[in-house]
Amino acid sequence: MIRFEKVIKRFGRQQVLKGIDLTIERGHRVALVGSNGAGKTTLIRCLLGEYICAGRVSVNGLDPRQHRSEVLIRVGFVPQLPPPLKMPVGQLMRFAADVCQADMGRMVDVAARLGLTLEGFRHQPFVKLSGGQKQKLLIAIALGRDSELLVLDEPAANLDPDARHVFFSLLAEKQGTAAMLVSSHRLDEVAPLVNRVVELDQGRVALDDHVADLVDLDSRLRCSVRLLRPEPAFARAIADWGFSSDDGLRWQGLVAGPDRLRFLGVLSRYAALLAHISMDEEGARDRLQEAANG
Amino acid sequence: MRHLWLTAFTDILESVRAKWFLVYTVVFGGLVALLLVFGITESRIMGFSGLSRLLLTYIQLSMAILPVFVLISTVRSLAGDREAGVFEYLLSLPIGLAAWYWGKLLGRFLVVFLPVLLAMGAGVAWGALRGAEVPWQLLAYYSGLLMSLAWCFLGIGMLISTLARSSDVAQGGAFVLWLILLLFLDLILLGVMIREALPPSVAVGFALANPLQVFRTASMMLFDPQLVLLGPTAYVILDNFGQAGYILYALTYPLAIGTFCAAIGYALFRRSDLP
Repeated sequence: MIRFEKVIKRFGRQQVLKGIDLTIERGHRVALVGSNGAGKTTLIRCLLGEYICAGRVSVNGLDPRQHRSEVLIRVGFVPQLPPPLKMPVGQLMRFAADVCQADMGRMVDVAARLGLTLEGFRHQPFVKLSGGQKQKLLIAIALGRDSELLVLDEPAANLDPDARHVFFSLLAEKQGTAAMLVSSHRLDEVAPLVNRVVELDQGRVALDDHVADLVDLDSRLRCSVRLLRPEPAFARAIADWGFSSDDGLRWQGLVAGPDRLRFLGVLSRYAALLAHISMDEEGARDRLQEAANG
Repeated sequence: MRHLWLTAFTDILESVRAKWFLVYTVVFGGLVALLLVFGITESRIMGFSGLSRLLLTYIQLSMAILPVFVLISTVRSLAGDREAGVFEYLLSLPIGLAAWYWGKLLGRFLVVFLPVLLAMGAGVAWGALRGAEVPWQLLAYYSGLLMSLAWCFLGIGMLISTLARSSDVAQGGAFVLWLILLLFLDLILLGVMIREALPPSVAVGFALANPLQVFRTASMMLFDPQLVLLGPTAYVILDNFGQAGYILYALTYPLAIGTFCAAIGYALFRRSDLP
């Protein structure tokens, strides 16, 4: 589906991409990781036809620069930093839907699932939305149409836990029909979302590996945590995940399946306080039972 | 074509919410208001009074303000948008580069020209309400000149925005260009050139090539048909063009410059990195 062949990109004398060879097929969910300056954003911009580069980039056999409309109509892109657009939210969605020949209603529905109802924001300038609201809107524009390739740059960074779960569910719906390229400078942020990891280092592919694909993107874990003593800092941190407690000792809540590593990362900061942790995947017992029955 | 209009409409929506547009509108609206408040319609210069006098003053002030405003606001907002990631996002949508570039130019043109035109129209309407005679011919002629001047500097601004990779460089380049054109207005540099025994035809050539000077001469022409204010240069202009010919030249030459610069800008834009 996507093919990079000996792709080289220079800015003046500096060579940022040094002969990238990469093939991504439909159904691949690729984590594009690497430190700052590794070439992730440059590679994405070459893929979107925004940068002129040496070598060859093709999407379904088409050059994204020469065949912009044919290629980009199938691409949903969520940038890391939302653009400071001053136009109203409703106008932005209408513009995107019009140029993508998509149904704006679908984008509005996706935004609503993510917790952003358009009615409240239709006339508000996009730039005035909060970071999370902007992210939700850009995700709605990318996923609320028939995208066959999703290019996501740190897509869930500003989302609250509930919105993250919905976002993962939306990705799960696209799983069979689209390829995904998820860029991040931290693998643990995106690891549960992907089945393949490509690491860039100084403009070269340093690692290209397939990973175990056991986590259901739309699964949820019912979690409970017991502490040795109440701790205000922990209470603040876990409240951000939507957990609740009656006594400050026993906390309960839901964690999106792909977020388990991030959640455990938060808990690890309070390891000395932890008396008990349990995580049960919703519906997992039923599935195990079904598997056992035959 | 649909994408072109969509881009133009989107650019208009972006611009009218920008601070530069607010300042721009206030300046031109305020200019007309000030001219009316200070009774410029009552004064008389070289036989001109009433609304003709208002238009003459307005057009002279516009010549000083409009080019630098159009240049700086165009390069600042376009190069700024590129730096801020607006291009990266909007150009990831399936929109043709021609529709994007020319749509932006069209939207921007309406945004920079309409406030100037409306301010002038509002001044004339106010004068007409107070019983002054409306100089329709002068109004149409000056509207054409302003349109031509705005298009010219917009095209130049688009070219600079394409060439410069940062808003600082773009702003600097635009400002230097405006200063150079200002320097080549006849009174300063051209006088020095003639004193240094440069052939007068070269000086006249410079005057005819400088869109600011072309605008200035053309705006003088209606109240000074013999171009007495220009001195001997007037003979060259009137002998070669005639009054009607020069008016036609003044309306079309800046349009051609603007279109030419915008076209070069587009050719470079489609062959270079977009964000």
